Amino acid sequence: MRLSGAWRGLLRPGDWGVVALGIVLCVHAGFWLWRGGAPDGAIVRAGGRVFAEADLSRPRRIEAPGPLGLTVIEIEPGRARVASDPGPRQYCVRQGWLTRAGAVAICAPNEVTLMLTGRGGEYDSLSY
Amino acid sequence: MTRSVIELIPDAEDRRVAHHTAAAILLTVAEAAIPLPLPGVKPGLANIVTLVVLARWGWREAAWVSLLRVLASSLLLGQFLAPGFFLSLAGALASLLMLAGAARLPGKWFGPVSHSILAAFAHIGAQVLLARLWLVPHDGVFYLVPLFGAAAVLFGLVNGLAAAALLRELRRLEAAEGAADRG
Repeated sequence: MRLSGAWRGLLRPGDWGVVALGIVLCVHAGFWLWRGGAPDGAIVRAGGRVFAEADLSRPRRIEAPGPLGLTVIEIEPGRARVASDPGPRQYCVRQGWLTRAGAVAICAPNEVTLMLTGRGGEYDSLSY
Repeated sequence: MTRSVIELIPDAEDRRVAHHTAAAILLTVAEAAIPLPLPGVKPGLANIVTLVVLARWGWREAAWVSLLRVLASSLLLGQFLAPGFFLSLAGALASLLMLAGAARLPGKWFGPVSHSILAAFAHIGAQVLLARLWLVPHDGVFYLVPLFGAAAVLFGLVNGLAAAALLRELRRLEAAEGAADRG
Protein backbone atom coordinates (compact mmCIF):
# COMPACT_ATOMS: atom_id res chain seq x y z
CA MET A 1 0.00 0.00 0.00
CA ARG A 2 3.01 2.30 -0.07
CA LEU A 3 2.36 3.12 -3.70
CA SER A 4 -1.26 4.12 -3.17
CA GLY A 5 -0.17 6.20 -0.20
CA ALA A 6 2.36 7.98 -2.40
CA TRP A 7 -0.33 8.72 -4.97
CA ARG A 8 -2.68 10.03 -2.33
CA GLY A 9 -0.03 12.54 -1.33
CA LEU A 10 -0.37 14.14 -4.74
CA LEU A 11 -3.95 15.20 -4.06
CA ARG A 12 -4.51 18.29 -1.95
CA PRO A 13 -7.67 18.63 0.17
CA GLY A 14 -9.45 20.89 -2.32
CA ASP A 15 -8.65 18.50 -5.16
CA TRP A 16 -10.99 15.93 -3.63
CA GLY A 17 -13.69 18.57 -3.65
CA VAL A 18 -13.10 19.33 -7.32
CA VAL A 19 -13.25 15.60 -8.18
CA ALA A 20 -16.50 15.24 -6.23
CA LEU A 21 -17.94 18.35 -7.86
CA GLY A 22 -17.05 17.00 -11.30
CA ILE A 23 -18.78 13.69 -10.61
CA VAL A 24 -21.88 15.43 -9.25
CA LEU A 25 -21.96 17.63 -12.36
CA CYS A 26 -21.79 14.58 -14.64
CA VAL A 27 -24.51 12.69 -12.81
CA HIS A 28 -26.69 15.78 -12.79
CA ALA A 29 -26.13 16.35 -16.50
CA GLY A 30 -26.93 12.68 -17.13
CA PHE A 31 -30.23 12.89 -15.29
CA TRP A 32 -31.12 16.15 -16.91
CA LEU A 33 -30.22 15.24 -20.48
CA TRP A 34 -31.05 11.56 -20.57
CA ARG A 35 -34.45 11.35 -18.90
CA GLY A 36 -35.87 9.70 -21.96
CA GLY A 37 -39.41 10.41 -22.95
CA ALA A 38 -40.15 13.21 -20.55
CA PRO A 39 -42.82 15.34 -22.19
CA ASP A 40 -42.42 19.08 -22.56
CA GLY A 41 -45.67 20.10 -24.17
CA ALA A 42 -49.22 19.07 -25.11
CA ILE A 43 -51.10 19.50 -28.37
CA VAL A 44 -54.89 19.43 -28.41
CA ARG A 45 -56.54 18.83 -31.76
CA ALA A 46 -60.23 19.25 -32.49
CA GLY A 47 -61.68 18.05 -35.78
CA GLY A 48 -58.16 17.36 -37.03
CA ARG A 49 -56.96 20.94 -36.52
CA VAL A 50 -54.63 22.08 -33.77
CA PHE A 51 -56.91 23.69 -31.22
CA ALA A 52 -54.39 24.51 -28.51
CA GLU A 53 -50.75 24.00 -27.65
CA ALA A 54 -49.57 24.18 -24.08
CA ASP A 55 -46.32 23.64 -22.26
CA LEU A 56 -46.43 21.35 -19.26
CA SER A 57 -44.88 23.79 -16.83
CA ARG A 58 -48.03 25.06 -15.13
CA PRO A 59 -51.56 23.77 -14.52
CA ARG A 60 -54.19 24.74 -17.03
CA ARG A 61 -57.60 23.64 -18.34
CA ILE A 62 -58.47 23.57 -21.99
CA GLU A 63 -62.01 23.12 -23.29
CA ALA A 64 -62.09 21.82 -26.82
CA PRO A 65 -65.41 21.87 -28.69
CA GLY A 66 -66.50 18.93 -30.85
CA PRO A 67 -69.70 17.66 -32.51
CA LEU A 68 -70.96 16.20 -29.21
CA GLY A 69 -69.96 18.99 -26.85
CA LEU A 70 -66.96 20.09 -24.84
CA THR A 71 -63.97 17.87 -24.10
CA VAL A 72 -62.08 19.15 -21.05
CA ILE A 73 -58.33 18.69 -21.02
CA GLU A 74 -56.48 19.13 -17.75
CA ILE A 75 -52.78 20.00 -17.76
CA GLU A 76 -50.44 19.78 -14.80
CA PRO A 77 -46.68 20.12 -14.61
CA GLY A 78 -45.26 17.11 -16.47
CA ARG A 79 -48.59 15.45 -17.32
CA ALA A 80 -51.97 15.91 -18.95
CA ARG A 81 -55.30 14.07 -19.19
CA VAL A 82 -58.75 14.22 -20.61
CA ALA A 83 -60.80 15.20 -17.57
CA SER A 84 -64.18 14.79 -19.19
CA ASP A 85 -65.61 14.00 -22.59
CA PRO A 86 -69.15 13.72 -23.91
CA GLY A 87 -68.34 10.51 -25.82
CA PRO A 88 -70.30 7.31 -25.01
CA ARG A 89 -67.43 4.94 -24.11
CA GLN A 90 -65.05 7.31 -22.29
CA TYR A 91 -61.91 5.54 -23.51
CA CYS A 92 -59.88 8.74 -23.58
CA VAL A 93 -60.96 9.71 -20.07
CA ARG A 94 -60.20 6.28 -18.66
CA GLN A 95 -56.68 6.42 -20.06
CA GLY A 96 -55.91 8.71 -17.14
CA TRP A 97 -52.83 10.87 -16.91
CA LEU A 98 -50.48 10.87 -19.88
CA THR A 99 -46.88 11.23 -18.72
CA ARG A 100 -44.63 10.27 -21.63
CA ALA A 101 -43.65 12.04 -24.82
CA GLY A 102 -45.64 10.65 -27.72
CA ALA A 103 -48.58 9.50 -25.57
CA VAL A 104 -51.97 10.17 -27.17
CA ALA A 105 -55.52 10.13 -25.86
CA ILE A 106 -58.11 10.00 -28.63
CA CYS A 107 -61.71 10.95 -28.01
CA ALA A 108 -62.93 9.70 -31.38
CA PRO A 109 -66.66 10.47 -31.12
CA ASN A 110 -66.00 14.10 -30.24
CA GLU A 111 -63.04 14.31 -32.65
CA VAL A 112 -60.64 15.62 -30.00
CA THR A 113 -57.12 14.30 -29.38
CA LEU A 114 -54.57 15.11 -26.74
CA MET A 115 -50.92 14.40 -27.49
CA LEU A 116 -47.78 14.96 -25.47
CA THR A 117 -44.70 16.19 -27.27
CA GLY A 118 -41.08 15.99 -26.28
CA ARG A 119 -37.73 15.02 -27.65
CA GLY A 120 -36.11 11.70 -26.98
CA GLY A 121 -39.40 9.87 -26.74
CA GLU A 122 -39.23 6.13 -27.20
CA TYR A 123 -42.36 6.13 -29.34
CA ASP A 124 -43.73 8.27 -32.12
CA SER A 125 -47.19 7.66 -30.78
CA LEU A 126 -48.51 5.80 -27.79
CA SER A 127 -52.11 4.96 -27.04
CA TYR A 128 -53.91 2.38 -24.99
CA MET B 1 23.01 47.31 -51.35
CA THR B 2 23.45 46.59 -47.74
CA ARG B 3 22.76 43.15 -46.55
CA SER B 4 20.67 43.15 -43.48
CA VAL B 5 20.86 40.23 -41.19
CA ILE B 6 18.15 39.62 -38.70
CA GLU B 7 19.40 37.42 -35.98
CA LEU B 8 16.98 36.03 -33.45
CA ILE B 9 18.68 35.08 -30.28
CA PRO B 10 16.56 32.72 -28.23
CA ASP B 11 16.71 33.40 -24.55
CA ALA B 12 16.31 30.89 -21.77
CA GLU B 13 12.53 31.23 -21.81
CA ASP B 14 12.35 30.54 -25.54
CA ARG B 15 14.41 27.41 -25.08
CA ARG B 16 12.20 26.21 -22.25
CA VAL B 17 9.07 26.82 -24.32
CA ALA B 18 10.59 24.90 -27.23
CA HIS B 19 11.59 22.04 -24.97
CA HIS B 20 8.21 21.73 -23.35
CA THR B 21 6.32 22.17 -26.61
CA ALA B 22 8.36 19.37 -28.17
CA ALA B 23 7.39 17.06 -25.31
CA ALA B 24 3.74 18.06 -25.66
CA ILE B 25 3.76 17.49 -29.43
CA LEU B 26 5.26 14.05 -28.89
CA LEU B 27 2.46 13.13 -26.49
CA THR B 28 -0.23 14.43 -28.87
CA VAL B 29 1.14 12.47 -31.83
CA ALA B 30 1.56 9.32 -29.73
CA GLU B 31 -1.99 9.71 -28.47
CA ALA B 32 -3.34 10.02 -32.01
CA ALA B 33 -2.30 6.40 -32.55
CA ILE B 34 -4.62 5.16 -29.79
CA PRO B 35 -8.02 4.11 -31.13
CA LEU B 36 -10.80 5.85 -29.25
CA PRO B 37 -14.32 4.58 -28.68
CA LEU B 38 -16.05 7.93 -29.10
CA PRO B 39 -15.07 10.88 -31.26
CA GLY B 40 -13.91 13.71 -29.08
CA VAL B 41 -12.97 11.65 -26.05
CA LYS B 42 -9.19 11.77 -25.70
CA PRO B 43 -6.91 11.53 -22.68
CA GLY B 44 -5.18 14.78 -23.65
CA LEU B 45 -1.83 13.68 -22.29
CA ALA B 46 -0.12 16.77 -23.69
CA ASN B 47 -1.89 18.76 -21.01
CA ILE B 48 0.37 17.14 -18.42
CA VAL B 49 3.13 19.28 -19.91
CA THR B 50 0.94 22.39 -19.81
CA LEU B 51 0.18 21.75 -16.13
CA VAL B 52 3.83 21.25 -15.23
CA VAL B 53 4.83 24.43 -17.08
CA LEU B 54 2.01 26.33 -15.39
CA ALA B 55 3.15 25.24 -11.95
CA ARG B 56 6.84 25.90 -12.54
CA TRP B 57 7.00 28.80 -14.99
CA GLY B 58 3.64 30.49 -14.87
CA TRP B 59 0.63 31.02 -17.06
CA ARG B 60 2.29 32.91 -19.89
CA GLU B 61 4.67 30.10 -20.71
CA ALA B 62 1.94 27.52 -20.31
CA ALA B 63 -0.13 29.43 -22.87
CA TRP B 64 2.80 29.47 -25.31
CA VAL B 65 3.35 25.74 -24.91
CA SER B 66 -0.33 24.88 -25.21
CA LEU B 67 -1.02 26.97 -28.32
CA LEU B 68 2.21 26.08 -30.12
CA ARG B 69 1.47 22.44 -29.41
CA VAL B 70 -2.03 22.74 -30.97
CA LEU B 71 -0.57 24.41 -34.05
CA ALA B 72 2.42 22.13 -34.56
CA SER B 73 0.64 18.84 -33.84
CA SER B 74 -2.18 19.78 -36.23
CA LEU B 75 0.44 20.32 -38.95
CA LEU B 76 2.04 16.97 -38.16
CA LEU B 77 -1.28 15.13 -38.15
CA GLY B 78 -2.61 16.86 -41.27
CA GLN B 79 -5.39 18.50 -39.31
CA PHE B 80 -4.36 22.12 -39.74
CA LEU B 81 -7.46 24.29 -40.42
CA ALA B 82 -9.66 21.16 -40.46
CA PRO B 83 -12.56 21.04 -38.00
CA GLY B 84 -10.45 19.06 -35.56
CA PHE B 85 -7.93 21.89 -35.42
CA PHE B 86 -10.53 24.49 -34.51
CA LEU B 87 -12.01 22.18 -31.88
CA SER B 88 -8.55 21.71 -30.38
CA LEU B 89 -7.87 25.42 -30.50
CA ALA B 90 -11.20 26.29 -28.87
CA GLY B 91 -10.55 23.71 -26.17
CA ALA B 92 -7.03 24.97 -25.56
CA LEU B 93 -8.11 28.62 -25.35
CA ALA B 94 -10.94 27.82 -22.94
CA SER B 95 -8.62 25.68 -20.82
CA LEU B 96 -6.05 28.47 -20.65
CA LEU B 97 -8.69 30.98 -19.58
CA MET B 98 -9.83 28.56 -16.88
CA LEU B 99 -6.23 27.95 -15.80
CA ALA B 100 -5.63 31.70 -15.50
CA GLY B 101 -8.35 31.69 -12.85
CA ALA B 102 -7.55 28.30 -11.33
CA ALA B 103 -3.88 29.21 -10.82
CA ARG B 104 -5.04 31.91 -8.41
CA LEU B 105 -6.75 29.38 -6.13
CA PRO B 106 -4.88 28.88 -2.84
CA GLY B 107 -2.07 26.43 -3.60
CA LYS B 108 -2.31 24.86 -0.18
CA TRP B 109 -5.72 23.47 -1.07
CA PHE B 110 -5.79 23.15 -4.83
CA GLY B 111 -3.02 21.47 -6.79
CA PRO B 112 -2.46 20.27 -10.35
CA VAL B 113 -5.36 17.82 -10.07
CA SER B 114 -7.84 20.67 -9.53
CA HIS B 115 -6.26 22.69 -12.34
CA SER B 116 -6.45 19.68 -14.61
CA ILE B 117 -10.10 18.82 -13.97
CA LEU B 118 -11.26 22.43 -14.18
CA ALA B 119 -9.38 22.92 -17.43
CA ALA B 120 -10.81 19.66 -18.80
CA PHE B 121 -14.34 20.91 -18.14
CA ALA B 122 -13.57 24.24 -19.81
CA HIS B 123 -12.12 22.26 -22.71
CA ILE B 124 -15.19 20.11 -23.34
CA GLY B 125 -17.49 23.07 -22.70
CA ALA B 126 -15.90 25.11 -25.46
CA GLN B 127 -15.73 22.15 -27.81
CA VAL B 128 -19.35 21.14 -27.36
CA LEU B 129 -20.43 24.75 -27.82
CA LEU B 130 -18.36 25.17 -30.99
CA ALA B 131 -19.56 21.83 -32.32
CA ARG B 132 -23.18 22.81 -31.67
CA LEU B 133 -22.81 26.25 -33.28
CA TRP B 134 -20.78 25.17 -36.26
CA LEU B 135 -20.56 21.44 -36.99
CA VAL B 136 -23.74 19.81 -35.67
CA PRO B 137 -26.65 22.23 -35.91
CA HIS B 138 -28.79 20.07 -33.66
CA ASP B 139 -29.19 19.72 -29.90
CA GLY B 140 -28.16 16.07 -30.25
CA VAL B 141 -24.56 16.96 -29.31
CA PHE B 142 -25.71 17.79 -25.81
CA TYR B 143 -26.67 14.13 -25.34
CA LEU B 144 -22.96 13.36 -25.18
CA VAL B 145 -22.26 15.98 -22.52
CA PRO B 146 -22.50 13.56 -19.56
CA LEU B 147 -20.03 11.21 -21.28
CA PHE B 148 -17.67 14.06 -22.06
CA GLY B 149 -18.01 15.22 -18.46
CA ALA B 150 -17.14 11.76 -17.14
CA ALA B 151 -14.12 11.70 -19.45
CA ALA B 152 -13.13 15.15 -18.18
CA VAL B 153 -13.20 13.96 -14.57
CA LEU B 154 -11.35 10.72 -15.31
CA PHE B 155 -8.65 12.06 -17.64
CA GLY B 156 -8.43 15.32 -15.71
CA LEU B 157 -7.68 13.30 -12.59
CA VAL B 158 -5.15 11.04 -14.33
CA ASN B 159 -3.33 13.92 -16.04
CA GLY B 160 -3.38 15.99 -12.87
CA LEU B 161 -1.88 13.12 -10.88
CA ALA B 162 0.79 12.62 -13.53
CA ALA B 163 1.63 16.33 -13.45
CA ALA B 164 1.75 16.34 -9.65
CA ALA B 165 4.04 13.27 -9.66
CA LEU B 166 6.33 14.90 -12.24
CA LEU B 167 6.48 18.12 -10.25
CA ARG B 168 7.39 16.21 -7.11
CA GLU B 169 10.10 14.34 -9.01
CA LEU B 170 11.48 17.60 -10.44
CA ARG B 171 11.57 19.17 -6.99
CA ARG B 172 13.43 16.14 -5.68
CA LEU B 173 15.97 16.32 -8.53
CA GLU B 174 16.51 20.03 -7.99
CA ALA B 175 17.00 19.51 -4.27
CA ALA B 176 19.57 16.79 -5.01
CA GLU B 177 21.34 19.07 -7.50
CA GLY B 178 21.34 21.94 -5.05
CA ALA B 179 22.81 19.70 -2.39
CA ALA B 180 25.48 18.47 -4.83
CA ASP B 181 26.38 22.07 -5.75
CA ARG B 182 26.74 23.04 -2.12
CA GLY B 183 28.68 19.91 -1.24
